[in-house]
Amino acid sequence: MEGQPLVDFDWILSHLDDVVERLVQHVQLSIIPVVLGFLISLFLAIWAVRQPRVYGPVVAISGILYTIPSIAAFALLIPIFGLTLITAVVPLTTYTLLILVRNNASGFAAVPADVLEAAEGMGYTRWERMRRIELPLAVPLMIAGIRLAVVTTIGLATVAAILGDSFGGLGQFITEGLQTFFPTKIYIGAVLSVALAFLADFLIIKAERRLTPWATARAGRV
Amino acid sequence: MVEFDHVTKHYDAPVKRKDGKTTRTPGAVNDLSLTVPAGKICVLVGPSGCGKTTSLKMVNRLIEPTGGRILIDGVDAASRDVTELRRSIGYVIQQVGLFPHQTIGDNVATVPRLQGWSKDRLRARSDELLSLVGLDPAKYRDRFPNQLSGGERQRVGVARALAIDPPIMLMDEPFGAVDPIVRDRLQNEFLRLQEELAKTILFVTHDIDEAIKMGDLVAVFRDGGVVEQFGTPAEILANPASEFVARFVGADRGLKRLALSRVSDLDLVQPAIGVVGEDAAGARERAQAAPFGYLLLVDAARRPLGWIPEGAIPASGPLDPALANPVSPSVNKRTTLKDALSMMLDADVQASIVVDRTGAVQGIMTVERVIEMMREGEHGQPFAVVDDEGVPIPGVPDESLVAEAG
Repeated sequence: MEGQPLVDFDWILSHLDDVVERLVQHVQLSIIPVVLGFLISLFLAIWAVRQPRVYGPVVAISGILYTIPSIAAFALLIPIFGLTLITAVVPLTTYTLLILVRNNASGFAAVPADVLEAAEGMGYTRWERMRRIELPLAVPLMIAGIRLAVVTTIGLATVAAILGDSFGGLGQFITEGLQTFFPTKIYIGAVLSVALAFLADFLIIKAERRLTPWATARAGRV
Repeated sequence: MVEFDHVTKHYDAPVKRKDGKTTRTPGAVNDLSLTVPAGKICVLVGPSGCGKTTSLKMVNRLIEPTGGRILIDGVDAASRDVTELRRSIGYVIQQVGLFPHQTIGDNVATVPRLQGWSKDRLRARSDELLSLVGLDPAKYRDRFPNQLSGGERQRVGVARALAIDPPIMLMDEPFGAVDPIVRDRLQNEFLRLQEELAKTILFVTHDIDEAIKMGDLVAVFRDGGVVEQFGTPAEILANPASEFVARFVGADRGLKRLALSRVSDLDLVQPAIGVVGEDAAGARERAQAAPFGYLLLVDAARRPLGWIPEGAIPASGPLDPALANPVSPSVNKRTTLKDALSMMLDADVQASIVVDRTGAVQGIMTVERVIEMMREGEHGQPFAVVDDEGVPIPGVPDESLVAEAG
């Protein structure tokens, strides 16, 4: 380590291909679990809206899943799925559930009762009401959950590097950097994953503004 | 026409109070029979938990009755497809329930959109409805509900309920969430609208004044969804069927009756009238023969100038305006008796001149005539409903009144 610069820019420039590849892998490693987790928790939240009794158990189970250490989860899944993307995605997906189920369910719970009553009284069917009223109105709280899940998953995804080279993402740099005492790799892995988290958060906020113009419309008279 | 035919709603679980006793579940309805004639506003009024809202919601089947039938134009509501039934009935609620994520234009077009209207038609219809309720479409169409005041939101709620021109409307405290001044204006506007639309309306309120103002017919509910009295506002005020109704209507029911009646309901007294410049001798004779010893001096267009006491009328010569005392305030035939009496109290007079639109004298209203009219409305049987012959029918809603009003 002696005499080595903290960050070796020459190395970075000569390995830009690698950097981009790891970055793309990392995006994939983060997006897949959030998308899957969102779909599963949307289903669970709708179920819980219909049957309030299931809400408690659903949150309890996702809470238990959340407490399983990621390394342990990977180790448990390797015998089943091997060193594959699936092994990485399954635990990362389950970690998003706790956040997303809660937020999706509170999104639905936040739809005002008078709005639901008016919709029912005017002859919305259950499905129409879910699709046109409840879902759009739940969006702000759902997005709050997604932001949290995305940022968390981008961080957690670095751990998936232990599973292998072919999809390891930015975590791969960090692991290699630690193993070879090469700080540049550690820094580039860490800095890029933080930057990715910030960028993702920014993009989601932008998307939210587009999706919910009504929530940001000024209450003042025009 | 909407008919409740022995409609009952029981809730299975009685409410258990902390002290272990059970009480009747609020909102229950017992054996309700009521007919709302087509084109009329029928107000269901009563204390909270009396079952009036339950009764309303059974019409569009947000609540299903446990017994009896509700007939809409002769067809049992239970036999109709629930979605189609609800879309065919306008529904307005107190909190309005506008969809916060949709523009005002889209909110108003809700039911037509569910029915699959084309975009152009939806737009034209929502603009038309916004104008109908007094909101400029160009200004409001693209706003969101949170950009509107409470009163504006209520108007949008009414517009939305009218979207496919349903023959029947259910209104649950539709003007309950706004301040009294706005409420008064919305009520007046809605009554004007109803004159053109002639919808069959069930209107729920806990406010007896609103019930009297809005209702062609009023059903006074008490706990357990029992109708204590069903009749016109004037009938309920003049002849409360029970002590409960009398208490609910309030100690000022006499004043409320006055507010319901107009000067046109009175037989006017015809005073002696003299025209300026006319020969005093003839006028004096007329004043002596008149019901009271005054001559009302008018100009050539019969507009009142003032009163001349009989004794002050000269024996001969033309009638001079200088003889007349200043005139008491005049009222017109549309003035409510409450307002007219208030003006008379203010001016400290016993009689008021009634004029037409041109200001010409039509006659005189007196306090005595008002009292006579009030007396005629009462059947002299406190707290009892009477039939056509004046025979009391204890505790039974007076069906004959419904037929009359229809």
